[in-house]
Amino acid sequence: MAITVRVPTQLRTLTAGKEEVTGTGATVGELIDQLEGAHPGLKDRLLDAKGIRRFVNLYLNEEDVRFLDGLNTRLKETDTLTIVPAIAGG
Amino acid sequence: MLRPKRLDSILDAVGNTPLLRLRALERDTPGVEIYAKLEFQNPGGSVKDRPAREMFLDAIARGDLTRDRVLIDSTSGNTGVAYSLVGAALGYRVALVMPSNVSQARKDITRAFGTEIVYSDPLEGSDGAIRLARKLVAESPDRYYYPDQYSNPSNPGAHYRTTGAEILADVGDRITHFVTGLGTTGTMMGTTRRLKEHHRPIRCVAVQPADALHGLEGLKHLPSSLVPPIYDDALPDATMWVNTEDGWDMTDRLWEQEAVHVGHSAGANVFAAYSIARDLSARGEPGCVVTILCDRGDRYFLPLKWERLYTW
Repeated sequence: MAITVRVPTQLRTLTAGKEEVTGTGATVGELIDQLEGAHPGLKDRLLDAKGIRRFVNLYLNEEDVRFLDGLNTRLKETDTLTIVPAIAGG
Repeated sequence: MLRPKRLDSILDAVGNTPLLRLRALERDTPGVEIYAKLEFQNPGGSVKDRPAREMFLDAIARGDLTRDRVLIDSTSGNTGVAYSLVGAALGYRVALVMPSNVSQARKDITRAFGTEIVYSDPLEGSDGAIRLARKLVAESPDRYYYPDQYSNPSNPGAHYRTTGAEILADVGDRITHFVTGLGTTGTMMGTTRRLKEHHRPIRCVAVQPADALHGLEGLKHLPSSLVPPIYDDALPDATMWVNTEDGWDMTDRLWEQEAVHVGHSAGANVFAAYSIARDLSARGEPGCVVTILCDRGDRYFLPLKWERLYTW
């Protein structure tokens, strides 16, 4: 099951410049674990010991996963996970 | 500094903001004073009123901005609110390019002033908004006037003329350090240039997020960003790299202990100022550290789940 993950410019150093990568997993947490294998360092940027870092926004399709089931949110084949950065400067 | 009781224009309410002494934080920094400049007292609610007013008035004076043109710029939000306010006050049209994930409050406020908004890709951040603004201007050069806050000398010029001068007028006899975050870098550049003219040396420290992916909205991580042309890396005496968590925790502390409700970039600024003050105090050195509270925290509230069920 391949989920599309959209990566912001700030993290594209970890994805060889790619704007979109794919990963697998039954839940958002499993997907991030799996992505870490292909893109080492990604997990640490998104999660801390308590879960999703407070300032990281993960959108499953159009909805913030915080309003779904967090890292336990179930995924299906057609889903897109988007990592949305904070807004910088001016 | 005196605040007039009657104003001829809302633009006369920009600047002359007070310095607040952060007494609760100073309990941890004996011998060292910490002051924060309350930029949320500007009529547009942020420090950006200063450069927006300056860029508008300078462009009108040069003849670059005329009534038949629309002022357009890219912004993460606060400059957009400020441009919208100044445009409404002076009777000029404004268009903004913002990443679509700017806070709802910013979208609503700018629209209420009659501003047109163009959204850019949230994944491209503020650099994506810059690129889209340039493209729109290149396509219709006669329709738009593009001040480009990242390269416009009136941006740091506003801080040289007002922010820096106000700080010297208010605490020129005692200030030892000035610290503020980098966004367009206008506040840091202009204020520092003015403070460096003071007869005593003042150490000026820039603040940047410690990591490219961060949650200090408004601040730029320069190593991973388009570096603003107005930025001169020789000007700051040092740079402090602040973690998002430290900035956020300080924001909470400011709300709870100092009763100032500010955004996260202000929290990062105060965290840096507090760190400097603690180091000075630990070494037994006296000092007076001044920083900037860029805006108020209510610009950042997200709708909660239950609120989003309402429609109106």
